[in-house]
Amino acid sequence: MQLFLESLFNGVAIGSVLLVAALGLAIVFGLMGVINLAHGELMMLGAYSTYITQLIFKQVSFLKPFYDSYVIVAIGIAFLVSGTVGVLLERTVIRRLYGSPLETLLATWGVSLILQQFVRSVPLAYASGLVVALFLGLFSPLFISDYLLSGAKGKLIRACTWGFSALVGVATGGILSSLVSKLSRASARNVDVTAPSWMRGGIDFVGITFPKTRLLIILITVISVLVVIFFLDKTAWGMRIRAVTQNRPMSDCLGISTETVDIITFGIGSGLAGVAGVAVSLLGSVGPNVGGNYIVGCFMVVVLGGVGNLLGTILASFSIGIMTDLIGAGRLLTIWPDMPSPIASTIDFFATTSMARVMIFALIVIFLQFRPTGMFPQKGRMVES
Amino acid sequence: MSIFSSKKSWIQLTIWVLIIALIIAAPTLLPVFRLNLLGRYLSLAIVALGVDLIWGFTGMLSLGQGIFFALGGYCTAMFLQLNSSEEFPNGIPEFFGLYGVEKLPFFWEPFKSSIFTLISIWLLPAIISALLGYLVFRNRIKGVYFSILTQAALLVFFNFFNGQQKLINGTNGLKTDVTQLFGQMVGSEIMQRWFFWISAVLVILAWFFARWIVRDRFGNILIGIRDDEARVRFTGYNPVIFKTIIFSIAGGLAGISGALYTVQSGIVSPQFMTVPFSIEMVVWVAVGGRGTLLGAILGAVFINYAKSLVSEALPASWMFIQGGLFILVVTALPEGVLGWFRKGGLKKLLFLIGINKKLETYPGLEVNEQGEVKS
Repeated sequence: MQLFLESLFNGVAIGSVLLVAALGLAIVFGLMGVINLAHGELMMLGAYSTYITQLIFKQVSFLKPFYDSYVIVAIGIAFLVSGTVGVLLERTVIRRLYGSPLETLLATWGVSLILQQFVRSVPLAYASGLVVALFLGLFSPLFISDYLLSGAKGKLIRACTWGFSALVGVATGGILSSLVSKLSRASARNVDVTAPSWMRGGIDFVGITFPKTRLLIILITVISVLVVIFFLDKTAWGMRIRAVTQNRPMSDCLGISTETVDIITFGIGSGLAGVAGVAVSLLGSVGPNVGGNYIVGCFMVVVLGGVGNLLGTILASFSIGIMTDLIGAGRLLTIWPDMPSPIASTIDFFATTSMARVMIFALIVIFLQFRPTGMFPQKGRMVES
Repeated sequence: MSIFSSKKSWIQLTIWVLIIALIIAAPTLLPVFRLNLLGRYLSLAIVALGVDLIWGFTGMLSLGQGIFFALGGYCTAMFLQLNSSEEFPNGIPEFFGLYGVEKLPFFWEPFKSSIFTLISIWLLPAIISALLGYLVFRNRIKGVYFSILTQAALLVFFNFFNGQQKLINGTNGLKTDVTQLFGQMVGSEIMQRWFFWISAVLVILAWFFARWIVRDRFGNILIGIRDDEARVRFTGYNPVIFKTIIFSIAGGLAGISGALYTVQSGIVSPQFMTVPFSIEMVVWVAVGGRGTLLGAILGAVFINYAKSLVSEALPASWMFIQGGLFILVVTALPEGVLGWFRKGGLKKLLFLIGINKKLETYPGLEVNEQGEVKS
């Protein structure tokens, strides 16, 4: 029983990181048929945001008393940072490539290369300044009345907002680099996020220790999933997103601005990648390549779960997580110690994390032989074309 | 002789003579280091041809060609290691001693034979790609799903090769440059010169082979699958067979390419199966021009040359350039450079910067300076 619980907990913990990372990918894939290869790098940006937030809370005097709560602030900041970069990506690259998903795949890979090199060779302080500038520049027109933005003066006003945003960005960069010396130099080295004191250690329950970081990650995942479900099911924009996911031309005809829907969806999907980045930063050290470790797992979740169905995504990530733990830690051997030796040696052969991946991929390919479009396939005439 | 009757044939003949002369003379023209690099890039052109066949002509974007590339490399390296391991303990390659392995793993045995190796270099990747392809295509998995699955397969193979120290030396890979072949060191200058020539000849042969594949009805079906697979199926063809065959051919080409690359770079390691490398193969084709076989070759050679030149000068900037190139080619030049030229891109460019004022119109319509049709 104890063993079963421990195994289940580990599996759920692995699965919940996968889930929060794959959630954004799945929503975007369902809506636009686009696989975003830069998703891992958006996670990386989220992880770096956590690191920067932590440093700011440590160094700035009036924030110091609140140091223990930086993780919660970091979640919001990571969401905004990755979301901003995602919106920029959608506006500049992805919307040019509509209807050609393979080209989008390649272009987003190009973006991921640039982002990786960017965090290596630009000081983090100025990188955050740039993100602040982008954020203001992209979103400030939303708060200016449409009357001011129309016609010839509109162009001038837009240019002014960008100029203002650039100034704010440079100022942010300058202030950050003078306040926090660690951020003022570019470095390709991995950085570490230290968990605040209340997150260290674990909770003992029926003789098993549950690490608090893992519990927090599960909590983050549960909240993210609930918020996404609420957003998609109960709000007007959520309904529009679902409508466009089901049938894009028809929604367009009925007056839904598919362009806005794309921007919102891509922004939220990228933002969720940022939240996943916070979770990832709590598990290990943060480097430019941190996203690559998770991205293929996310793809597997999307393939296994099927398109446009959150339940599929949730089930797929937890089953992959539990399978990883069962196979990778060789738990079947401890559960059933006296199994015949050929099976035992096979299980032993696959009992490492990397070999578990081999096994899981084989299982997924076998599964796809029976259900080629995942656990919960989309139905309807639009699906085939 | 009708081949030499027209002017175009003479030009073609001259070009071929020039190419052959350059290939023969290259070892004297280039320093050893550059010659070795050029030889490597020529071998990479073969895998690019395969990518072009499956992506440019059949519309399947495989992000896992590195699997077959590395398999070809491993086949060669295993043969070379066995061929020069008599003096080591137990008569097996040296690295086994590090892990306390005394008996050769069973799958190494057949690689003692040179004929088996020569066949397995292309046949083994071809069989594995056919199997993988068949299992995927049978279920009508296509488009982005196919790309993701191939990428995942790549990672699986990477993990497998990376983790199995006792079988194939894991992450360290197999070295070939200090092994013996025909009584010569594989890394020696004479051998490298020969490998360069072999690569050059094989690129040309692979090019002819690929052209032969896509020229006839088989090629038409491939293009049909790319443009509208459902319609090909309704016309009575089974796309699964054609896709499996072409994927397997591309796998075989990748294997040959990997074998040549391995002997010229001196090592085969799981690094050949990393995700970026396989995607780079796609970039060469995308930049050169997909659907144009020559574009794949030129793309592979020139981008790699540019990569080595840029990385020597400014190591950090190559990632930026590569990423930018990706985005630029995909958004602005979807046909690739060669495809763009063939579609009259140069004229358009001249027109854009104002050198060439002439407008292209339909025959019979003349346009005045305001762009209105003259009556």
